[in-house]
Amino acid sequence: MSAHLTRRGVLAGTGALVVSFSSLGQLLAQEGTGAQSGSPANAGPLPGSLEKFPFLDSWIRIEADGSVTVFTGKAELGQGIKTALLQVAAEELDVPFSALKLVTADTARTANEGFTAGSHSMQDSGVAIMHAAAQARALLIAEAARKFGVSPDQIKTESGVAHAPDGRTLRYGELVSDQFLHVEAQPQSPLKDAKDFTIVGRPQQRVDIPAKVTGGEAYVQDLRLPGMVHARVVRPPSYGAKLDSVDTSEIEKMPGVVKVVRDGDFLAVVAKREYQAIKAMRKLAAAAHWQEQARLPKQADLAQMILGLPARDVPNLDRRQPNVAAAKKLEATYTRPYQMHGSIGPSCAVARRDGDQITVWTHTQGVFPDRDAIAGMLRVPKENVRCIHVEGSGCYGHNGADDAAGDAAVIAQALPGMPVRVQWMREQEHAWEPYGPAMVTKVSAALDQAGTIVDWNYEVWSNTHSMRPGGPGALLAAQSLAQPFAPPEPKPLPLPEGGGDRNAIPLYRLPSARVLYHFVPDMPLRISALRALGAYANVFSIESFMDELAAAAGADPVEFRLKHLDDARARDVITTAAERFGWSSYRPGAGRGFAFARYKNLAAYCAVAAEVAVERETGRVRLVRAVAAIDSGQAVNPDGIANQTEGAILQSASWTLYENVTFDDTRITSIDWSTYPILRFDAVPDSIDVHVIDRPGQPLLGSGEAGQGPAAAAVANAVADATGHRFRDLPLTRRRIKQALGV
Amino acid sequence: MKLNVNGRDHDVDAEPDTPLLYVLRDHLELNGAKFGCGLGQCGACTVMVDDQAVFSCLVPILLLEGRRVTTVEGLGSADNPNPLQKAFIEEQAAQCGYCIAGMIMRAQALLRRNPSPSREEIRTALEPNLCRCGTHMRILRAVERAAGVKRTAEVGAGEQR
Repeated sequence: MSAHLTRRGVLAGTGALVVSFSSLGQLLAQEGTGAQSGSPANAGPLPGSLEKFPFLDSWIRIEADGSVTVFTGKAELGQGIKTALLQVAAEELDVPFSALKLVTADTARTANEGFTAGSHSMQDSGVAIMHAAAQARALLIAEAARKFGVSPDQIKTESGVAHAPDGRTLRYGELVSDQFLHVEAQPQSPLKDAKDFTIVGRPQQRVDIPAKVTGGEAYVQDLRLPGMVHARVVRPPSYGAKLDSVDTSEIEKMPGVVKVVRDGDFLAVVAKREYQAIKAMRKLAAAAHWQEQARLPKQADLAQMILGLPARDVPNLDRRQPNVAAAKKLEATYTRPYQMHGSIGPSCAVARRDGDQITVWTHTQGVFPDRDAIAGMLRVPKENVRCIHVEGSGCYGHNGADDAAGDAAVIAQALPGMPVRVQWMREQEHAWEPYGPAMVTKVSAALDQAGTIVDWNYEVWSNTHSMRPGGPGALLAAQSLAQPFAPPEPKPLPLPEGGGDRNAIPLYRLPSARVLYHFVPDMPLRISALRALGAYANVFSIESFMDELAAAAGADPVEFRLKHLDDARARDVITTAAERFGWSSYRPGAGRGFAFARYKNLAAYCAVAAEVAVERETGRVRLVRAVAAIDSGQAVNPDGIANQTEGAILQSASWTLYENVTFDDTRITSIDWSTYPILRFDAVPDSIDVHVIDRPGQPLLGSGEAGQGPAAAAVANAVADATGHRFRDLPLTRRRIKQALGV
Repeated sequence: MKLNVNGRDHDVDAEPDTPLLYVLRDHLELNGAKFGCGLGQCGACTVMVDDQAVFSCLVPILLLEGRRVTTVEGLGSADNPNPLQKAFIEEQAAQCGYCIAGMIMRAQALLRRNPSPSREEIRTALEPNLCRCGTHMRILRAVERAAGVKRTAEVGAGEQR
């Protein structure tokens, strides 16, 4: 019997541990189910990402010196995922938190967990690591029992040490030998009881913060490889512009300039020093002559433009009953403009070509898809490209990260052996990042005599919400090469998570309801995934309309929501937020608003209560305070969840009150922070209070995007309450409010 | 030319119109000051020149002869953070953290001239600096903590969790 099977026997609870080892392949962490498919021991699906990468050593490795390394295919984006994953591993392994090392997304070292997106990291990677750690501990206990000659249930583990009843101890490092954890996981794990947790569920200081506050090497922007040169790309002035001519002779003579790279419409300059590259870029931009096309829609008619584009219907829900007895009918249309990720640090990447191999250090959300796109663009086998995630500035979705990685790869290809650092300029990030798509929603509903919703009809028009790689054509550089790649065909993202229709189905009890997504394939502006995708506008619409219905029913907004909700956890976040906010003292007109959603209808529950002050003379809205309650299932790092939720509320308030990508018929015109203003400290509320409702032992639910929709609607509802006027078009700018109030 | 950064003189071989930011990052290999906009609109590049917070992306080095430049590295290290850095760690006042070094430098300049600022004064001082993650409440609390400002019940509300 091979070690492989007997260790599986330990995990399955059917066999003793017999340790003998065979030599196995090299990239153990990347062995997927492919090689082992049809394995009879795999009864039922494995938890989280173990399903695709079932070997324990894809997630956890223990060396003979006792060092423990955790592997994840997910990336730190500033959401604190490193810390939460380490908490899970430390808890289930019984190893001190501070003793663990972590390797994050790297195409040469970690499992392919796709994108770090959709608030999926804890469900996918967190769950995989939790189970892998528990099963690894079971193997360590079995091995200790064998060595001590006692039964496994007599072994206790603590701080990386196995203890026998008679006081003998063995460190984990003494229990492992080569490939000890190269065994496939089982569906069931001996997980700890949540009441015994000492690390999970407790606030943990984040591992990445000390370097970030002291100038440590923390970002891809901080990478300095030996012999590294600095590149700047000269992007076209507008979408689809063609490079007619450029005389590069003067630029090539500038101090420090190493090379001007041109391939079709792709134009870049490389210099020894960073500021030399910037000066050369400016001169190169001035020397370039472009042929532009006036092809952008009229900004003023954005909603009409979207409604007028061809659409493909994606039914979400169709259980509408005929002849409902309606006492009152209401309808409304809501709009959301194009909005930006607006990362504070523009995108950056470093690439180096060594022979036929190319390595790219990137803050992409998906090293594997980005690797595949880059390999496709360079027309090389994907094995020749390695993408390593290094943190960048917060991205909040698909920003310029993948494009910058593509730029760096193209330039590095032209400069063998020379590490090339590409840093986008501010106006490039603003003009070229893929925006969150503009959306239109229409909702109509009927109330009966008792003020209960008896009919609901909801429609949403939207582009897709992901144009991520997938294919080289997703990269800006690839689109502009002499032999260009066409952008991939847009596709609606499938339910239940959805894209434009994310959270289009309300969680409320609606016996007669229809929800329809009009998927709009044409994309006049470059768009992709922005935090919460369609949920931001859908929850804004649904939760604004719930307030309109509550008003029509003469009901309190919180009571009205509770009246239509059966889900106990949904009710809990609502009552908690309302209580902590002091909603019971609510008087109409005080500028208070409430909203709720369960993100994707399957992740975290979040309710937000907001208070605003509206300056009628100027139309200026200030969020005065917000109170949120969030239930993410088992809370791993409660302070991390609170931090993410505070951030979601403030970012969403900024989108909701200020943000709108602007353009003329040819060019994007919101190209810096003065033309695309965002929240500043003068508008920051007095307090944001986030209450994390912990559910010990319950599944981990994604939290990072849960606040976006509820915060938007809570603010809009509070503005409606303060002004007596309903604002249905985002953003709720000063101008719009001043106009509506007629001051 | 000679540039005094974090208490040390450096001979810098850069063209005099080079903004300080690029000399700090590219020549002196310091990470603290970040490129954010190059336009003085976001504050990610904030450092102190003498006791003033400045946008290092806008100041050419030719103006800095004989001045003292301080970056976040000059305040303390991960092993030995200064009180403000320590307060940011204790308040967990970062998400992506890209803006934070600039925030700390602007707050440091504030605390130099006003050791006990009110919340309103902190807000006003930090106004030039942008944070996109929405960490503002924690940043305010961190500056208050460093200043030893007594916190009101409302300010501390987030601690109930």
